Amino acid sequence: MRDTVIRELISLAKENPNVELITGDLGFGVLKPYWESVPDQFINAGITEQNLTSAAAGMAMEGKTMFTYSIGNFPTLRCLEQIRNDCAYHKLNVNIICVGGGYVYGALGVSHHATEDIACLRALPGVSVICPGDPIEAKFALRAIASHEGTCYLRLGRGGEKRINTALTDFTIGKAYKIRDAKPLGKTAAVFSTGAILEEVSSACDMLETRSVGTEQYSFPTVKPIDKEVIADCAKRFDHIFTVEEHNITGGFGSAVAEVLSELGERVKLHRLGINDFYCAEVGTQAYLRDCVGISAEKIAQTVEATVYSIRNS
Amino acid sequence: MDSKQLAWLIRRHGVEMTHLSHGSHIGAILSVADIMAVLYADILQYNPKEPGWDGRDRFILSKGHAGAALYAALAECGFFDVDELKTHYQNGSRLSGHVSHHVPGVDFSTGSLGHGIGVAAGRALAAKQDGKSFRSFVVMGDGECNEGSVWETAAFANHFGLDNLVVIVDYNHMQSLDFCNNTLEVDMARRWEGFGWNVLELNGHDHDALRGALQNTDNPLHKPTVVVAHTVKGKGISFMENDVLWHYRFPHDGWEYNCAVNELHAAKPDGTVDPYTPDGCPKTEAQPEGGHHAMSETYHPAYYTREVASK
Repeated sequence: MRDTVIRELISLAKENPNVELITGDLGFGVLKPYWESVPDQFINAGITEQNLTSAAAGMAMEGKTMFTYSIGNFPTLRCLEQIRNDCAYHKLNVNIICVGGGYVYGALGVSHHATEDIACLRALPGVSVICPGDPIEAKFALRAIASHEGTCYLRLGRGGEKRINTALTDFTIGKAYKIRDAKPLGKTAAVFSTGAILEEVSSACDMLETRSVGTEQYSFPTVKPIDKEVIADCAKRFDHIFTVEEHNITGGFGSAVAEVLSELGERVKLHRLGINDFYCAEVGTQAYLRDCVGISAEKIAQTVEATVYSIRNS
Repeated sequence: MDSKQLAWLIRRHGVEMTHLSHGSHIGAILSVADIMAVLYADILQYNPKEPGWDGRDRFILSKGHAGAALYAALAECGFFDVDELKTHYQNGSRLSGHVSHHVPGVDFSTGSLGHGIGVAAGRALAAKQDGKSFRSFVVMGDGECNEGSVWETAAFANHFGLDNLVVIVDYNHMQSLDFCNNTLEVDMARRWEGFGWNVLELNGHDHDALRGALQNTDNPLHKPTVVVAHTVKGKGISFMENDVLWHYRFPHDGWEYNCAVNELHAAKPDGTVDPYTPDGCPKTEAQPEGGHHAMSETYHPAYYTREVASK
């Protein structure tokens, strides 16, 4: 996903000399093709996330389309007030690229788990929060945020994610994309996810089809502004909506869906799957930690199956 | 165990841990090894049987990415079993790549740069308020000194006369993408002097110099002390020295691992036992690919600031 985005950013930067990337001393290997292709549109600001975010705001004020780059929580939480006051409040075209959303850097420790970033960025007025589910969504999203006036947050996974969203031919900020229709099985449910957990969710939906649960599956590459139409439509047609995110369940994608649902007054029940409001001090790979907190494909499938059937039987 | 033996073991564990885990940051682990060894062999007051003993000196490894060096020191000093080091990065382990306070002997987790010094200053201030005599130590990276938060604490610690605060900068002159001076120009010692600190500058691989500087940091003006310890990233393994590649790369099976181990064995202090390869590795030719790893790929062939200067 990150390599796709950097490739797209290179072509964007070649087309538009006003596009610039500023990194906080990270991107070894990843950014090399960029700085070799467009060296005059690349800045390494050193390990100064607060400074580089303010500097990006300043450069955006002078008409540049800015991309900031770092990993984990460094481009977001470390410089949250600079994003708020300098970028968002002044409606500047600063696009924050984070590599390593969720547990990408699982073995590196809690400092490197980006698990509250969606909630924090979503709370800032005027900031679009984009969490692509696969490389194709990421590629389209990069183009969309570059031309979008205002501050955007692009939360990426790492490298090597599979292409899942095969239907995507255009990309609009704020729109959810249907990945599959529900097969008419014993039970049906709507399943929403945001970000690179999409791969696990799709596998879970495959599994559920073998366990008599049909799912209407959506990828929400945009958490803010959220696609209210899809939520309202599913709320009318399903008894259960599941949200899945590689993020704390407090304040994130599931919370955004809950906000919409609570105002609709439909009787659909929402189930938020994510990190259940704790720091995961255990060490391990991304796959291992996803399983530990219950958002691996198998755990998602188990939760969905148990939920839809237990409620029918009760 | 003396500091030379401990430093050797930290390096040997660091090679093994990154090799097994495919983990990063061996360059930083090797550069900080002597500092950690002198601290844990000769300077810090601690009790491995009672890690939370109130009289202990407080210690934070703020460059958390060199966590393997701290874990190795703690294990060798009896805080936990040396065998556990092999679980570094592994599923279910508590030895995360960056320092975790879930490990015995570690009070404070790090991994995001520029936090350790502020917390250490807070502990030093609390010690003053409570009349406690411990010192509060922090080991920081030089790249870490890019962070603005470091300099907020630098002003704070001087203002509050925290002469019980001791910072050691592992000044290996390299950071994540390049040499420090190619990233953001630094004049390390002068910068700390400008904040009013008691500044000592020395060779961070010279154990006597480290001991001499750290044994007693009292000074007449009650300044916080910073030891600017000049080191070499990748110190002790020739093909890793001064090469930013080894900020990320782990010693792979084959010549990289064998040569790394053999170079360490060539400098093994008497009385030290290698727990992994007691007799070293089979003799292997270094860099058979023709020097592919000989030098780092730096970020920009013609540096921006130099270009500006030449215009």
